Amino acid sequence: MDWLFFFEITLAGLGTGGLYALTAIAFVLIYKATRVINLAIGEMLMVGAYLFFGAAVGWALPWWLAIILALLGGGALGMVLERGVIRPLLGENPISVFMVTIGLGSILIGMVELIWTANPRSLPNFFPTDPIFIGEAFLAPKTFWSFVVAAVVIAVFLLLFRFWRGGVALRATASDQGAAYSMGINVPAVYSLAWGLAGVIAAGAGILLGSIGGISSDMGLFGLTVLVVVIVGGLDSVLGALLAGLLIGWMESMAGVYLGGEYEHLVTFILLMVVLLFRPWGLFGTREIERL
Amino acid sequence: MHILSVDGLTLSFGGVHALRGVDMQVAKGSITAVIGPNGAGKTSLFNSISGFYRPQEGRVVFQGEDITRLRPPHRAALGIGRTFQNIALFRGMTVLDNVKLGAHVRMRTGLLSALWYLGKARREEAEIRKQIEREVFDFLEIDHIRRHPVANLPYGLQKRVELARALAMRPKLLMLDEPVAGMNREEKEDMARFILDVKEQWDTTVLMVEHDMGMVMDISDQVYVLNFGQLIAAGKPSEVQANPEVIKAYLGSGDIHSLRQRLGGKTRAA
Amino acid sequence: MRIGSPKESYIADEALFRTRTQWVWLWLLLAVLIAYPFVANLYWLFLVCLISINIISATGLNILTGYTGQVSLGQAAFMGVGAYTVAWLDNNTGSPFFINLLAGAGMATLVGLIAGLPSLRVKGLYLAIATIGASFILQFIFINWESVTRGTRGINIEPPSVLGVTLDNPDTFYWLVMPIMVVMVLLAANLFRTRIGRAFIAIRDRDISASVLGINLPFYKLMSFGIASFYAGIAGGLYAYFFGAINPESFPLLMSIFFLAAIIVGGMGTILGSILGAIFMTLTPEILRYGVDILSPYIDNAPQILSPLRTAVFGALIVGFLLFEPHGLAEIWRRVRRFFHLWPFRT
Repeated sequence: MDWLFFFEITLAGLGTGGLYALTAIAFVLIYKATRVINLAIGEMLMVGAYLFFGAAVGWALPWWLAIILALLGGGALGMVLERGVIRPLLGENPISVFMVTIGLGSILIGMVELIWTANPRSLPNFFPTDPIFIGEAFLAPKTFWSFVVAAVVIAVFLLLFRFWRGGVALRATASDQGAAYSMGINVPAVYSLAWGLAGVIAAGAGILLGSIGGISSDMGLFGLTVLVVVIVGGLDSVLGALLAGLLIGWMESMAGVYLGGEYEHLVTFILLMVVLLFRPWGLFGTREIERL
Repeated sequence: MHILSVDGLTLSFGGVHALRGVDMQVAKGSITAVIGPNGAGKTSLFNSISGFYRPQEGRVVFQGEDITRLRPPHRAALGIGRTFQNIALFRGMTVLDNVKLGAHVRMRTGLLSALWYLGKARREEAEIRKQIEREVFDFLEIDHIRRHPVANLPYGLQKRVELARALAMRPKLLMLDEPVAGMNREEKEDMARFILDVKEQWDTTVLMVEHDMGMVMDISDQVYVLNFGQLIAAGKPSEVQANPEVIKAYLGSGDIHSLRQRLGGKTRAA
Repeated sequence: MRIGSPKESYIADEALFRTRTQWVWLWLLLAVLIAYPFVANLYWLFLVCLISINIISATGLNILTGYTGQVSLGQAAFMGVGAYTVAWLDNNTGSPFFINLLAGAGMATLVGLIAGLPSLRVKGLYLAIATIGASFILQFIFINWESVTRGTRGINIEPPSVLGVTLDNPDTFYWLVMPIMVVMVLLAANLFRTRIGRAFIAIRDRDISASVLGINLPFYKLMSFGIASFYAGIAGGLYAYFFGAINPESFPLLMSIFFLAAIIVGGMGTILGSILGAIFMTLTPEILRYGVDILSPYIDNAPQILSPLRTAVFGALIVGFLLFEPHGLAEIWRRVRRFFHLWPFRT
């Protein structure tokens, strides 16, 4: 076995895994705060990427300004979705809310295709292009830098989550909504905040993902893999999302190289089925106790 | 002759003991009540008998058969019917369908017959309908609401429909979890009458959890008292009532609601 | 205004259609269905055939999702299993079409049962995700099991023939698909008059209580999966015969969302809902196409906006109905009917 090659593939896989982890954080954020399984997370990511494309290519803005606009746009989208569609359904059957997010995903795809057509596009490159070597192993610079950015964003997010007032309110709401409300935490504002932040994170992940592999209206499928990531990690576990993200990124990269590209997603979904059958609450998730 | 006996049942969730070595015998054809302050483990005991909880230790024996390892549906099929504390009707169905569902374990229609609704399925549906109309609806006086969706019924009627559903099974042992909780005096008296009639006419043994001491003292043959998951007294209503342990349990728990009910019950029984 | 309709036997009171008015309407509907091919043109016959296939599949999904409460995003993939089985048999054995159709449904049932296995461990949302996983794995098989599915090139299927008549056109195919659809819908309606249907609803409403009352949850959940995928298999087989060619693109995840949308829009947990939903959702793209045609002189590249518009409208219908009319068209229909029952009095 060629260990250098193996190592390079592992690095590439961890690079994708970082993006999975980043998007998974957005997903878990929404889930923890509002108990909504947001199947439209992939589409929110796609919209973010297209907003960046629209600003950077359509309006020919400098890339840093385009990124800021796209992130703000993604955050606004998250808040609008929460306020307009999710909040009226709070307290309803969680399955209805889940299906609403499927509908939202479909709407977002349709809108993006209406505005930018369904053709794939490529994003302007804003990463340094010098080749990256870790030891002797070569790593594509885009992959490297997007991993670095994802890692930094995740770290900042974790710090916010722990120390910032809003982060504390988020965690309080996640652990007991009623108690949080009675302690004077503005729960509806927390909901908005969670969806807004998740929108920003998803948009950022979309820009990173799009700058590596280009963008298209079906890049929301990325969200399905993220869904697998959060299930494997355990829906309400941030740590689980991070580790499962890296694990699945690595697995896909291995399967892609050693089995063939078409096996990439197959292994993901087989892993999903195995986890659902044997450990449905995931590696780090909370096991729910059933009540009569 | 005991229809149900529970030997040394121990149930814990994590480190919390819900039941600790509970023994109980239910005589065939009796009305047996389980009482105790809130959180004493009464509903946990019921759920262990139904099979929803798996106790860590102890046995549940029904009609001489050890059912400790059986899954809930199989226990139901043996003839253990029950109602639930927080009314567990199927909200998407009419009263009639809810009650028919209670008869599920007595019916045999298979998939093919059900799809074509010929022969067996048709006969069995008509037969069960006849039985329900005669035995249950007339008895519980709910024939006028048979086509109503259960979701819109008033609380008292919902409780009655739940009893109807349990009766449709023709249970050998009927377990009632707080059958008169939240009812007014008139509804309570109706329900007490129904329970006595069930015992007399249906040849059914009744096991109930109830907070209303007046009713417990009036209609039960045997009373078990639980506190903190342990059995602290058992006997005839009058014996239990005089038991100092029991009085202490209710006073000591600071459970004002139960205390008040208990005192109310005492004056009524006296 | 209509008033009570007394019955003399419990069998009469347990009937599917209990009033004379209902029977009159039923016979009228049947007459319309029989007369339809003689008055409609090929385009409208094509649409009705497609609607019928979709009704069958939607009815199956409604049994599983609407009645049993197990959300599935695998209905299109199960249709694919039925379609590929039919196509393979058609190309390799030359067995008669109704054998192929049943074999396709049987194969879909088998796959559906396997895909339903996670329902024994997980419920609700987890299950929905498991069915997404199952449909991805099936999609992978459709693409990569070349010796059977011919990969992305797809398979062609000869039109079926009955008594020497080749059903290669909507006007002849109608006589195959319409009766099958009517029978499948009636079978589903019957199911919910029996203990099995009640067990399904009980599982949806309160699964744990149902289990304590004697419903064997694993058994009935799997049965529901089996029935839903049997319906999908029949629909998929008919789809293969109707279009004469299938490929892995024929049964995308979007199609499963289409069926989910159909039962949400029509009304979950009602037979009528599956019918109305399938009609509505099949006609929506046609109406959109018509609208875009009208607008085409005024906007650039009108044909290109059709597909995205359809995607967005499907999504909007799901969201809109869940927000504003969660019981779907069937509920609207019920309200209209009640209005006329009580007419001229108002409630």
